[in-house]
Amino acid sequence: MCGIAGLIWKGGVTSDIGSEMTQMLQALKHRGPDSTGFALYGKANDDVHILRFKVAEQEEMKTGFDIHRQVIERKAAVDMRLEELGAEIIKKEDATEYAFRYEFKFAGDLKRLIDFIEDLDGVEILSVGKGLELIKDLGDATVVSEQYGLKGFNGTHAIGHTRMATESDVDIRSAHPYWAYPFNDVSVVHNGQLTNYWTMRRDLERRGHRFMSNCDSELIAVYIADRIDRGDELEGAMRRSIDVIDGVFTYLVATADQLGMAKDVMGAKPMVLYESDEFVGLASEEVAIRSIFPREIDTWDPYQGEVKVWAA
Amino acid sequence: MGSVTTSHDMGLHEEQLAGRTQQRFFSATEEENFTYPWSYEVDFDKSAEFDAASMEITDINLKIRELMKSGVGTITVHNPRAKHSLGVGILNRVNLNFEGSLGYFGCGVIDGPNVHISGRVGWSCAENMMAGKVVIEKNAGSLFGAAIRGGDLVCKGQAGARVGIDQKGGTIIVGDSVGAFTGFMMQRGRMIILGDAGDNLGDSMYDGTIYVGGKIASLGVDCVETEMTDLDKRYLEGKLSQYGMAAPNGVENMIKLTSGKQLWNYDNLEPSEKKLVL
Repeated sequence: MCGIAGLIWKGGVTSDIGSEMTQMLQALKHRGPDSTGFALYGKANDDVHILRFKVAEQEEMKTGFDIHRQVIERKAAVDMRLEELGAEIIKKEDATEYAFRYEFKFAGDLKRLIDFIEDLDGVEILSVGKGLELIKDLGDATVVSEQYGLKGFNGTHAIGHTRMATESDVDIRSAHPYWAYPFNDVSVVHNGQLTNYWTMRRDLERRGHRFMSNCDSELIAVYIADRIDRGDELEGAMRRSIDVIDGVFTYLVATADQLGMAKDVMGAKPMVLYESDEFVGLASEEVAIRSIFPREIDTWDPYQGEVKVWAA
Repeated sequence: MGSVTTSHDMGLHEEQLAGRTQQRFFSATEEENFTYPWSYEVDFDKSAEFDAASMEITDINLKIRELMKSGVGTITVHNPRAKHSLGVGILNRVNLNFEGSLGYFGCGVIDGPNVHISGRVGWSCAENMMAGKVVIEKNAGSLFGAAIRGGDLVCKGQAGARVGIDQKGGTIIVGDSVGAFTGFMMQRGRMIILGDAGDNLGDSMYDGTIYVGGKIASLGVDCVETEMTDLDKRYLEGKLSQYGMAAPNGVENMIKLTSGKQLWNYDNLEPSEKKLVL
């Protein structure tokens, strides 16, 4: 079933989007209790990249004694590889024992750096961006938000996801949002099922894209990344996706300064939209939007096959 | 109720099913079918209101029931805040006002109440309504009035996809546009859409009538345009004026759609017997 939510403050206004998205996703908990994910967009800075990565799954941490030593080794290996390619690490934060947040400066080929790091066993990059920070873990919104200290995260826009696992395992690698590897600041959340997943995945893999999980939603992120790589605008890429991707879906995409939504031609998955002069809120259910706007507001359902994009 | 026209009188059961059927026929009397012996006696002049902001869904529905039990006939619920499944399963005459919006499955399986919602409703509003009236001042989600059997369901804003899917009676009125697959497999009843209609309008409809005031993106299989009669126009004018609504270009310019009945390939055999014959 899954619940998705998105919000964007217009005109460069910033707000405590960490708390807002936590509240929205907590209201959608009944749509998916397995895992929760956030893609939060802070104020982008020009030269510092923010790297979010994990070196183990939550489940692995509970089994065996070796893993605690392994995560330390894996993290050290990441540090080494970053330095080897000339990235200057400015700041290191431990979000959990197995998930980390780095700030670094780097002028070279970013894809090469990312590939080099991910080549390490057990290491998965959740996101790289100048504004984007992608956080996902098992548990409901409040649990994940507290674990990673998201309260007070200031930013312009965010997307989030509560997952009910139907197509793949309950683990962090199958949790949403997905980062559109290897593009700075592009992330995707999705509610639905894709039916031509394998056909499209094989096609995209032949073009050199990487898939970390067997989760069908990852395909949308990879597809959007592929289209942007080929020169499409975000909105154009999304419009094309509606014709190309089969199945029932509603998804949200965010870039450094934009938030977009797309709905399949059958209109089979829900999405409620609230738009005012300064704010746009989207969610699978209106209760999520009401959790941050308890007063009466006008909302509506976008129609089937609709694509909308807003700028921060 | 006056004289009751049963489906038998209308000749709907003339075909003889030779095999086993799940359907049980009985002769309907008003006493048996249109009253509930356990329904509460309510006084419409007695009114009550409560704030639902911090209440659980079950508690809100129980509170409505308790109030009806104590004879209150006019109930106002403040701050429903788009919670799901509010006002469901009410088999009683009552005036129910929601000051705000409902979430999914609002006012489902109801028989009798007169509901007014000042906000918006989510998916599957008034699903399987048997009788009564539901008026929504703002927009509605998809599956609006799915499988309703009677009563009036009015949305003054726009509604989502699959409005009146499997409609079996009653009237659905939408003040603005509707999405794709509206009236899919509609079986009886009337639908009045004052705005535009999405793709596949009235797809595979068995029977019933759809009136559209705006543009139609495309018609579904076996949904055909038919001539508007004076009776249709009088009906539309009367019905719309009851809710203070009007067709944007006048009722005479609305389009009337019914089933082409090209898909009516019924025969007397059960599927299992069909195999034997073939």
